[in-house]
Amino acid sequence: MIYTILIYETQDEFGARTDAKRKDAYWGAYHAYTVALREAGVMVGGHGLQPAAVATTVRQRDGKRQVQDGPYAEAKEQLGGYYVIDVPDLDKALEWAARCPAASTGAVEVRPNLSM
Amino acid sequence: MSEARRAAELAARASYGRLVAYLAARARDVAAAEDALGDALAAALETWPRVGVPDNPDAWLLVAARRRLVDRARHGSVEASAAATLRLAAETAEVTASRESIFPDERLELLFVCVHPAIDEAARTPLMLQAVLGLDAARIASAFLVAPAAMSQRLVRVKAKIRDAGIGFEIPGPEALPERLHAVLEAIYAAYGTGWEDVAGADPRRRGLAEEAIWLGRLVVALLPDEPEAGGLLALMLCCEARRSARRDASGAYVPLSGQDVARWSRPMTSARAWPRPPRWPRRAAPVPASTRSTRCRRTRWPRTSPTGR
Repeated sequence: MIYTILIYETQDEFGARTDAKRKDAYWGAYHAYTVALREAGVMVGGHGLQPAAVATTVRQRDGKRQVQDGPYAEAKEQLGGYYVIDVPDLDKALEWAARCPAASTGAVEVRPNLSM
Repeated sequence: MSEARRAAELAARASYGRLVAYLAARARDVAAAEDALGDALAAALETWPRVGVPDNPDAWLLVAARRRLVDRARHGSVEASAAATLRLAAETAEVTASRESIFPDERLELLFVCVHPAIDEAARTPLMLQAVLGLDAARIASAFLVAPAAMSQRLVRVKAKIRDAGIGFEIPGPEALPERLHAVLEAIYAAYGTGWEDVAGADPRRRGLAEEAIWLGRLVVALLPDEPEAGGLLALMLCCEARRSARRDASGAYVPLSGQDVARWSRPMTSARAWPRPPRWPRRAAPVPASTRSTRCRRTRWPRTSPTGR
């Protein structure tokens, strides 16, 4: 089954991406995680996302476009990226999700993809 | 007709959980397995009076239920993957070829699915009672003091989650087993608890769940004979159950443990086992057999006081 691992990071973790002292550890952890997924042959795809401050939210209502600065929902943790993996069942997906660096700092959500 | 009905009911009661577990593990869909088995039971009641009860009713039900599952998968009403359908079709041929073959008992896997951490905690015990024992939602609802419609909805929702989230029908590995087993035992104990607080004359359907819980407790002990926690929970439930009739006096008033008439305790239920290490559940059961022993001594000392009761 195909699952998407949604990575929710705190403001602090987003900050670590560019912080001179912490960025090596931050990117190193994600690099190692990505390599592990690839080597296990479960990686389907994924991307990192820029911080929520750069997000723009759009709604189409009554034929009119409403554009809003910021993410869809204001929350302590924001979507920071995602991985798409192919594993036999939920337990395997949860195992991989638990190894994601954000699992220890923010939160990681696992969703089965719709099969099309 | 009545003989066929009895045979169908007997097969259903004895094998319901085994059949659901086997079918659900292959379709990865508890609801679809239950529906298919329900159809097979209905077909049995219709067919058996005409052609006689088959030698192996379980195998008959299994083959009929599988056919339903495969049919539904083909017609797209079940979201089983193509691979699962093919696997079912292949295995149907295999079981038909060897009618008397015993199909594997996968109720343990089913129990672990019911208490998977991804399943809403409030739904675990109801799900277990329905999937393994075949209790209907209305009865479970009355035991948990929930509206039947709400309970049905909750059960439908968790079964959809099992299917859609792809929860695997597996026995957890050694590192996860203790925690997951504890969840199984918690769920069984919760079922037992619904029957414990009954007062005399209370809804008899609630009292019934205590027996169902003990049945599940025995099942886990049978499936995992080396797990002291499972044995301990069963001992705890049996010790409590043994005192059931002594917990209320003739007028229905509560009688504390120290004041209970030990002659009214059920002897076979209080015979407990010794455990290799002191685990969680046996510790909770321990005080009861201890007091059983002390009261037995007292009774041997004054044997003449017991014939009239209290």
